[in-house]
Amino acid sequence: MRTKIFILVATLFFALTCFGKEHGSPAAEGPAVDVASILFGHIGDSYGWHITDWKGEHISIPLPCIVRSSTGWHMFSSSKIEHSHQYEGLYIATEGRYADKIVETLPDGTISRPFDISITKNVCSLMVSAIILLVLILSTARWYRRHDAENQAPGGIAKFMEPLITAINDSLVKENIGKDYRKYSPYLLTAFFFILLNNLLGIVPFFPGGANVTGNIAITLVLALCTFIAVNLFGNKHYWKDIFWPDVPLFLKFPIPLIQIIEIFGIFTKPFSLMVRLFANILAGHAMILGLVSVIFITAKMGPVICGSMTVVTMLFGVFMDCLELLVAFLQAYVFTMLSAVFIGMSREEAH
Amino acid sequence: MNLLLPETGLLFWMTLIFAIVFFLLAKFGFPVITGMVDKRTKKIDEALAAAKEADERLASLTKEQERVIEQTNSECARLIQEAAAQREQMVEQARAQAAREADRILAQARETISQEKEAAMRDLRREVASLSLTIAESILRKDLSSDTSQRELAGKLLDEMGKISLKS
Repeated sequence: MRTKIFILVATLFFALTCFGKEHGSPAAEGPAVDVASILFGHIGDSYGWHITDWKGEHISIPLPCIVRSSTGWHMFSSSKIEHSHQYEGLYIATEGRYADKIVETLPDGTISRPFDISITKNVCSLMVSAIILLVLILSTARWYRRHDAENQAPGGIAKFMEPLITAINDSLVKENIGKDYRKYSPYLLTAFFFILLNNLLGIVPFFPGGANVTGNIAITLVLALCTFIAVNLFGNKHYWKDIFWPDVPLFLKFPIPLIQIIEIFGIFTKPFSLMVRLFANILAGHAMILGLVSVIFITAKMGPVICGSMTVVTMLFGVFMDCLELLVAFLQAYVFTMLSAVFIGMSREEAH
Repeated sequence: MNLLLPETGLLFWMTLIFAIVFFLLAKFGFPVITGMVDKRTKKIDEALAAAKEADERLASLTKEQERVIEQTNSECARLIQEAAAQREQMVEQARAQAAREADRILAQARETISQEKEAAMRDLRREVASLSLTIAESILRKDLSSDTSQRELAGKLLDEMGKISLKS
């Protein structure tokens, strides 16, 4: 009850203070806020790492662009092609199929997309999280090498990491895979911590966080592919028999291989679901928070009263969404690992 | 839509970075940690089993100890009882022997006394006989005219006899 009153008072206060300044407000004259471009600009990838705008100037970290066009390899800073500048025939397309990507115009006038392995914002964020992850896990491992861990309780960083690692290893990996889980636990643990760290970094709104890494389909595609390989490369005889000659009535599998088609389809839908689930959840989270923040700027046009009160409301929603995203960050890493372990466990199941 | 199309560059970098991270962590990271944790778990399990075993052994030892104490106690009681019986027997024996010995000594003493008495009687008889002879001799020697003189004589003789018997 007290909280509700506080929210109401705060909303009114904001509305009133804004009302007092209404006549001098210059916001009404500014250009319309393009929410779509803000949203897609943030959740998509970009060549430079845009940090903020300060007095009309873009402040961003330039990142290296590595491109192989029709004229060979090119490597240059992303600052060279900012603001529609052209560098060695390469520029960022503003519209069309390759919008926001580096393209070149060929001599015959067609626009083509060169082979592009630039260190983009997402790649940079990936590198940062990879380094954090390596430091975190390797320093934990170092503690175990340096100490007599058999006779000593974990200390230092191991004290923090061990419960996490053992919880995932015991409750997900061991539980779902069964007896030879040891072979898979490095992959599943790596996947879990990799996804978790990238999810959490994505929630941090400033550098080096904020990139929508795990909400990018390329990232989840690679992760799902790894699970696909782990499932199918080490699947046992029983697993393959269940696909090509399952225990169902003969007419379902003999002249027309009905079940086989469904099963083979299933091989690909399982990792596909992993890929889409992680991608869609994280993307939606980023979009929700960005959308909420954008509400403040949209309502700036509608006068101070609405803007002020909406600011309070969106702030509250934003806090709620951020907390929810923290949960989702953990949950999605957990679900991805758990389902990977379940699929691997199914491929290792013995005939009963 | 662009969002659903994976970018080649990002795919390339993601594969590379994830492969490197996976390789390093799978070689130097997680197996070290989980291996150590497994070892410790095993060690703790072993220690617990050992403690349980030690506990059981201790319990059996305590039982054994109790049994030994009980046995010793009963042995002790038995010995004491036996010793008491023996003592009783010995005392009884000693008493019986002492009684026998006393009886024997008494009998011997009685016999000695009776022998002594007989000897004394014999001596006395001989003495009395010789005295009677002496008295008779003396009486015969002296004139026994009057009663007074006879009495005097008898007295005199008795005195003499007394002196003789005292001397002898």
